Amino acid sequence: MPQTIAQKILSRHAGKESVQNGELIFAKVDMVLGTDVTVPLSVEVFRRMGAKKVFDPAKIALVNDHFIPAKDLKAAQLSQIMRQFAQEMDAPHFFEVGRSGICHVLLPDEGLVKPGDLVVGADSHTCTYGALGAFSTGIGSTDMACAWALGELWFRVPSTIKVEVTGKLPKWVGGKDIALYVIGKLGVEGALYKALEFTGDTIRNLPMDGRFTLCNLAIEAGAKTGLVASDDKTAAFMAQFPQLKWDPVFSDPEAAYSEEYTFDVSDLQPQVAKPYLPSNAVPVGDLKGVKVDQVVLGSCTNGHLSDFQLAAEAMRGRKVHPHTRLVVIPSSHKVMLELLDSGLARTFTEAGAVIGPPTCGPCIGGHMGILAQNEVGLYTTNRNFVGRNGHPSSQVYLAGPAVAGATAVAGEISSP
Amino acid sequence: MEGNVFKYGANVDTDVIIPARYCTSFHKEELAPHCLEDLDATFAKRVQPSDIIVAGRNFGCGSSRENAPLAILGAGVGAVVAESFARIFYRNSINVGLPILECPEAAQAAQNGDRLAIDLEKGVIRNLTRGGQYTAVPFPESIRRIMEIGGLEEYVKHRLMTNDK
Ligand code: SF4
Repeated sequence: MPQTIAQKILSRHAGKESVQNGELIFAKVDMVLGTDVTVPLSVEVFRRMGAKKVFDPAKIALVNDHFIPAKDLKAAQLSQIMRQFAQEMDAPHFFEVGRSGICHVLLPDEGLVKPGDLVVGADSHTCTYGALGAFSTGIGSTDMACAWALGELWFRVPSTIKVEVTGKLPKWVGGKDIALYVIGKLGVEGALYKALEFTGDTIRNLPMDGRFTLCNLAIEAGAKTGLVASDDKTAAFMAQFPQLKWDPVFSDPEAAYSEEYTFDVSDLQPQVAKPYLPSNAVPVGDLKGVKVDQVVLGSCTNGHLSDFQLAAEAMRGRKVHPHTRLVVIPSSHKVMLELLDSGLARTFTEAGAVIGPPTCGPCIGGHMGILAQNEVGLYTTNRNFVGRNGHPSSQVYLAGPAVAGATAVAGEISSP
Repeated sequence: MEGNVFKYGANVDTDVIIPARYCTSFHKEELAPHCLEDLDATFAKRVQPSDIIVAGRNFGCGSSRENAPLAILGAGVGAVVAESFARIFYRNSINVGLPILECPEAAQAAQNGDRLAIDLEKGVIRNLTRGGQYTAVPFPESIRRIMEIGGLEEYVKHRLMTNDK
């Protein structure tokens, strides 16, 4: 039977020849990700399950990212529970503050995800690693405790929606714009319970960073995962880890998709999603003149060096607008070093931006730049729900780094 | 189970169910007073044990935080009836034992303050105020087996005890 990437990866990990959409299976996982917010509850459940050891300490990742450096006493205790658990389990992939980063940037950069893998993470944006051709999806804390204890977990096999993207991307338009545009077309639940497979010449030409951004946002259309089949760009990325063996997985040409869409992006304008849903995407030109109090550059969605380069380019050497604040958050320790080495840390600082440590911080309304009552933000993050980034009356517009850079210097939503 | 309806719209996300600022706790008693705070500031004060949340499509979209179904459980809510659920919320609810029923007709018909009677075993929802009777989309067989054992936690405990790894 012809199969999609999603079906193939799930059947391999369930030890089956093939799987049917809708079928419920138990499948073995290659990596289980947890963070300072989700690990402590899992530890409690894990102990209640009577489990003593994790199935394979090298296959769990424990990442300090959400509320770190500890924003308050409770956050410090969450981190402490994770730290102690890592020690007790002798887990090699525990990432301490100062050597860590936002999980979804960190794991691929550390070589902890390979094409063809089945990855679960107690964080909804775990779908990011689909950019490497892995089946990778978000789970809850009880799920994570189960995966730690047994090395496997239940899955309902999703049908796949094929999204073909075609055309040469205009200047300033990238993975974020494609993602917001597609989510705008599909709606926030357009891909509920399903996988999204991105294909087409635009995707083949999209650099890895852009693919990570695109797959990161799959969940914002309700998808279980986003997927891009492995190709030469994937191979070039994986070449950083010559010791890793991986086996790419492709959809069969006759595989059945539940829906198919084709989008031509040759004339796509940079996209901005209005409050309070990521699906409220409109071309940036429609929002000219909306005053912005704070711009945030970073997060697991747009936290790579290339994102910061693009934002700086859009700022064109100008200073941050007097009525606006620019918060720059490198997504990992490695990206922080890249900002220093490339001189961008100085560029942003001289422009009047503040650079925070690698953390989720403002993306989740945790710390490092919370919005006050009625304030307006423009963020390169992935969610703009009510209260997500601060006071419930604050409003966040989502955009890519080019619009963010242009907006920071103009003080209002602007095209680069 | 019988309770009064608290009705909300579509896309009730996990950030309004329990804002991240309270997610430094994962105990349902501590989360409960802030349940739905940013959507309906009076909810946590008004809700009575076994009351029912009724909502539109895609309930629970957003984060993977299990704190969301826990906050709802902690508030004493007996069940959530919605037109559809976001998938991680759906998993988490099954795993922590929050009864969820996917039933577009019942969700659309019910209004704030209506009284519903729910037979969880059969998935039957009766609107005592308006007189309608509805059947929720049944859970797939294998999910029912996990639920019958008492949730994922009990399932794992059982497998570990029988050494069936
Ligand atoms: S950066 Fe934001 S979306 Fe990404 S993992 Fe952190 S909180 Fe979640």
